[in-house]
Amino acid sequence: MARKTYVAAIQEALAEEMRRDPRVFLMGEDVRIGVFPSTRGLHAEFGGKRVIDTPISELAVAGAGIGAAVNGLRPIVDLMFGTFLYLAFDQIANQAGAMRFMYGGQTNVPLVLMAQNGAGSSAGHHHSQAVHQFFMNMPQIKVIMPSTPTDGKGLLKSAIRDDNPVLFLHSLSLGGKRSDVPENEYLIPIGEADIKRAGSDVTICTVGPTVYTALGAAKTLSREGIEAEVIDLRSLSPWDKGAVLDSVAKTGRFVAVDESFPSCSAASEWAATVAEAVFSQLKAPVQRVTNKDVPMPFSPALEKAVLPGEADVIAAVHKTMAYS
Amino acid sequence: MHHQDIAVDVVLDIYQRILRIRRFEEAVGLLFRQGQLPGFVHLYIGEEAVAAGVCAALTDEDTIISTHRGHGHVIAKGGDIKRMMAELFGKATGYCKGKGGSMHIADFDIGMLGAIGIVGGGLPIAVGAGLSAWYSNSNRVSVCFFGDGAANEGSFHESLNLASTLALPVIFVCENNQYGEFTPAQNAMNITDIADRAAGYGIPGLVADGADAFEIYRVTAAAVERARAGAGPTLIEAKTHRRGGHAEGEEAFLAGQTYRDEAETAEAQAKDPLLLLHNYVSENKILPANQLETLDSNITQAVAEAVEAARNSPDPALESLFEDLWL
Ligand SMILES: Cc1ncc(C[n+]2csc(CCOP(=O)(O)OP(=O)(O)O)c2C)c(N)n1
Ligand SMILES: [Mg+2]
Repeated sequence: MARKTYVAAIQEALAEEMRRDPRVFLMGEDVRIGVFPSTRGLHAEFGGKRVIDTPISELAVAGAGIGAAVNGLRPIVDLMFGTFLYLAFDQIANQAGAMRFMYGGQTNVPLVLMAQNGAGSSAGHHHSQAVHQFFMNMPQIKVIMPSTPTDGKGLLKSAIRDDNPVLFLHSLSLGGKRSDVPENEYLIPIGEADIKRAGSDVTICTVGPTVYTALGAAKTLSREGIEAEVIDLRSLSPWDKGAVLDSVAKTGRFVAVDESFPSCSAASEWAATVAEAVFSQLKAPVQRVTNKDVPMPFSPALEKAVLPGEADVIAAVHKTMAYS
Repeated sequence: MHHQDIAVDVVLDIYQRILRIRRFEEAVGLLFRQGQLPGFVHLYIGEEAVAAGVCAALTDEDTIISTHRGHGHVIAKGGDIKRMMAELFGKATGYCKGKGGSMHIADFDIGMLGAIGIVGGGLPIAVGAGLSAWYSNSNRVSVCFFGDGAANEGSFHESLNLASTLALPVIFVCENNQYGEFTPAQNAMNITDIADRAAGYGIPGLVADGADAFEIYRVTAAAVERARAGAGPTLIEAKTHRRGGHAEGEEAFLAGQTYRDEAETAEAQAKDPLLLLHNYVSENKILPANQLETLDSNITQAVAEAVEAARNSPDPALESLFEDLWL
């Protein structure tokens, strides 16, 4: 095992899968140079046919990925920032997710879309929104959002081998994070959560960069004698309901932490599921900790205030602890 | 380069706009490299003659829409560099109270309807600005700045067509600096002149030298006249050159990779719009050298004051997050 950065782990996943399967190729804006360094170096190894720099045409590029996928290839389309997925929305929502069902099972779409998701670089509204919740709302699009290099590599490899459209969301704020990445080949299945910290008093469920926010909060809470169980969902669609419900059955308290705008957030879905499924085991109302309900501001001070922070998580946990 | 058909006060006006942009952008580049600015910045150095030439041909009522590389457009339209600089620092005294940042500066009072960080995002809105002028029988003209890269977005094609079918008073100004990030335009399209695309929408498409502010002014003035006469939109392609990187600090993540042809870069740099105009104004004795120097030092001083003021301005109050929401 070697400690590797998130960026390096993603690079490895892409290179290994491209070596393994000649049908796998990558396209997007400046994937050759690598706006995000995870695609860097692939062109040197695989050449221009398998690492394709495209014009700035998100709709056409995403759609071309679909067309290639239904014709026997396994495209990886890098759309750079999550907000640029909005420009490709039609092809994803109307086509990629629906095609297999709509055409009565005649085809399938083994496509990976990748993008950086969420805030943290103070770049203003157009570059800082988290978009995962939109795609959770679309039937038949898988969504993964790993928080560690190890999970990133294992999940991206699973996504590339998956026979369905998968959206892989990474984060600039995690790019330099390191974890132990096994030398041998491994896969992490889509849809399986990871319990990051065991605890008996409250379940904190989260995904992506806010995993670290939740872990920070759990540490503080522990000093007060409150033991939080922190679940990193890793996959948003499908998501590991079993792991979450088992945990809540044990703790009786549920706090969802999610960098989405609040309405119809990922947290909303988790909270509703918990309230429906294990209502009788809950000791307190479920809590959601999300972004503030405003567009993303530029000022670093404002941006920080919009995002879910440790203090917000602690306050939500305290609310649940007020019930006994 | 010649200005026979352009009044001397217009020449000086254009010169000042270019100089103001240059000194502002130089300061921004330095501040960014010193780690004093949040987010990322895309500088307009090398392209100044386009914004200056276009905006000199507009009235205060005419509107513009800008891009991620927008500082020059704001300044050319008459924006206040103090409020701009404060916005780049994310301060409460900025144009957008620190909520917008480098890629989202707007000044609706001077017809600057906003910079847009989404490539191609401004074109449809500019069509709407033109539509509002047409609808209300106003004389107003709407200008949209965008890059060569944006010309490959669907929004470019849809917007030109829509503006054309309604004969709207819109001027599409494509700043072809030959690159979209690190991709040469020639790799992203199989034509040399983006202006050729105008034919597909039944509107005039013109190529102009983006280093020659007079030529830009001239073609814009003609397009404005056409638009005001109700004859519809024009596409102007300004061939220009981005002096620096796509974004400041790109060397760090390029990590030694290169993407520009050095010889081509050197040649383009020799056609620096400020230098060309400076030489022109000096050689033609439009303004004596000492007055040119005074002009420069005044602008440099104003930029320094803007930086100082921005630094000393407060961060936005957290309550401001819940202001400027639904009316
Ligand atoms: C829809 C969208 N796709 C991609 C990007 C990332 N991006 C920012 S600037 C840029 C290049 C734009 O090139 P061009 O239009 O030529 O403008 P220039 O930067 O050269 O001024 C890209 C790809 C973006 N901001 N928006
Ligand atoms: Mg360009």
